[in-house]
Amino acid sequence: MKILVPLKRVADPDNANKVKIPAGGATIDTTGLEWKPNPFDEYALEAALRLTENGASPKARQGEVVVVSFGPKDMEPTLRSALATGADRAIRVDAKDDQLDGALVARALKALIEKEKPDYVLMGKQAVDGDSNQVGQMLAQLLGWPQATFAATIQEEAGALLVGREVDGGVLTLRVKGPAIVTVDLRIVAPTSVFSKSTARTFKYNDGVRFAPLPAIMAAKKKPLAEVKLSELTSDTALRVEYVKFEPPPGRQAGVKVKDVGDLVHRLKNDAKVL
Amino acid sequence: MADILVVAELAEGKVKKATHSAITFARQVAQGTGGSFSILLVGAGAAGAAAEVAGFGAKALLVADSAALANYTAERFAPTVIEAAKGFQVVVGTATSIGKDMLPRVAAALNAGYANDISAVHVDGAKLVYKRPMFAGNAFGYCSVSTPVQVVSVRQSEFTPAEPTGGASPSQAIPVAAPAPGADRVEFVSFDQVKTARPALTDAKVVVAGGRALKEKFNEVLEPLADTFGAAIGASRAACDAGYAPSDYQVGQTGKIVAPQLYFAVGISGAIQHLAGMKGSKVIVAINKDGEAPIFQVADYGLVADLFQAVPELARAAQAAKG
Ligand SMILES: Cc1cc2nc3c(=O)[nH]c(=O)nc-3n(C[C@H](O)[C@H](O)[C@H](O)COP(=O)(O)OP(=O)(O)OC[C@H]3O[C@@H](n4cnc5c(N)ncnc54)[C@H](O)[C@@H]3O)c2cc1C
Ligand SMILES: Nc1ncnc2c1ncn2[C@@H]1O[C@H](COP(=O)(O)O)[C@@H](O)[C@H]1O
Repeated sequence: MKILVPLKRVADPDNANKVKIPAGGATIDTTGLEWKPNPFDEYALEAALRLTENGASPKARQGEVVVVSFGPKDMEPTLRSALATGADRAIRVDAKDDQLDGALVARALKALIEKEKPDYVLMGKQAVDGDSNQVGQMLAQLLGWPQATFAATIQEEAGALLVGREVDGGVLTLRVKGPAIVTVDLRIVAPTSVFSKSTARTFKYNDGVRFAPLPAIMAAKKKPLAEVKLSELTSDTALRVEYVKFEPPPGRQAGVKVKDVGDLVHRLKNDAKVL
Repeated sequence: MADILVVAELAEGKVKKATHSAITFARQVAQGTGGSFSILLVGAGAAGAAAEVAGFGAKALLVADSAALANYTAERFAPTVIEAAKGFQVVVGTATSIGKDMLPRVAAALNAGYANDISAVHVDGAKLVYKRPMFAGNAFGYCSVSTPVQVVSVRQSEFTPAEPTGGASPSQAIPVAAPAPGADRVEFVSFDQVKTARPALTDAKVVVAGGRALKEKFNEVLEPLADTFGAAIGASRAACDAGYAPSDYQVGQTGKIVAPQLYFAVGISGAIQHLAGMKGSKVIVAINKDGEAPIFQVADYGLVADLFQAVPELARAAQAAKG
């Protein structure tokens, strides 16, 4: 099975509260923030690795995992770490973050995917900087492929994936045959969320994503990392969505610490009037 | 002048409450630009459901009813939306799981820009400016879409559900479009619905949410409090991950976005991803044994206490205070 994993680097989400917006709000200032792979894309990569191995012997990859990122040269370490955890190959499409929107990434990915011909594209359901939640679905439409979004579980069957999607009101299960797009949600990296055909159903992964051991980090330096120009993938680089201004959210004042339950009930009834 | 198409969402032959938020958006834009809006209903039972939205002031109701559209998949529903959207300038739905699954496909097919999960719209002459929360709610971006057709999903908690204004919009049956290419490679298998008699998280006036700290006692501790307030029950990601609560209960950046009158955060630390889903609540109460927990920075009322003692006591005292 060949799986392509688009992976975006974002400003460290756990430091997002340090996002600075200069006066006037023309931009978001990310200087000083550490770059991290978008967590959902890390999860997608982990799911792709699980689908291309027997969980009990994860060193032997059954198939190919290719990671792709749109970004400037200084994001290459993020791709190297993806290679170190087990991806076979990386592609960087040279672009600046502010030259991209979801529709453009989708158009360019379409061209790349038509060349690479993966069986599945596994990707995050959303990038946690823009919280846009659109590239996967757009890509499915442009390619004429089926989609299974917000996946919490994936089981490989003969020639198909059984995907459990987290939706409003519960879990909806779809069966998709490749080539198809699958976007993943948080719980895809739980211990029994993903099974390839060769992983025993009794097997349990560690919770979360895997870490690369030092030798793998060294070996990843020799794995192929290709660079592609955005213009080689699409001639239409116009943005569909343009940001005119940013602003910090209104601050919320910390309220009072109440003495005890009685005090709390008194205030809910008399001050907040919600009782 | 903008003509807007509202994509309604159906569940069991009824229009979902979430749709009323998209109608609110449509009214604002129609009013601001001197345009009009129509409502599209797609799915099995759409013809029956149309009556529910006939009194909202829409110019027309477009109805694509087919028994073949019993279970939603994007590949089978989106093509009809794409066909119906022709001639409209703005296509809007609510950012539910179906809205978020389908609307980007509609945008891609129409070569339209897509603004996801917006919290407000400003009509600036002929231009529409959308306000969107980004970075887990740590910044708002204002964006505009430059394409002739724009596709938008609205955040339910930020657009007060529209109320009917009377009248009867004319209804018109439209054909169901052929499924998208690739539709034959996706098959609906099952839907495991979380059954609850409580209000939906996104509609509830009061939400009682619990975190990892509750462990196996999640329901036992929270239900009496929720009963007292007729509340919906929510959870942090950690509580859902651990299996104490169903995933559908998750509140946050990647779960439900709620803005009730009253939100109880019980044994929840207050990570930014959780705050992103509940910061808009009118009154926030936090109960946590760690006085330094970040949740206290957004709470109107903070109680530093062991939840296993405080919550049962609170449920009793609140019940008594209600009389
Ligand atoms: C990409 C991404 C998306 C995410 N999306 C979400 C999301 O949508 N929603 C979400 O909630 N999280 C989300 N998270 C996770 C988030 O970062 C936190 O890990 C999570 O919210 C923590 O849950 P918690 O507060 O229940 O657990 P913890 O952080 O472990 O907090 C437990 C709290 O309980 C208190 N406590 C313990 N025992 C008691 C007691 N006996 N009495 C009273 N208090 C007690 C502790 O003091 C502590 O504050 C996301 C993370 C990532 C990376
Ligand atoms: N610059 C990028 N490089 C690589 N992948 C991206 C990029 N932007 C978005 N994606 C992919 O699209 C997914 C959804 O992103 P979005 O629709 O922007 O929230 C992400 O989880 C990534 O897999």
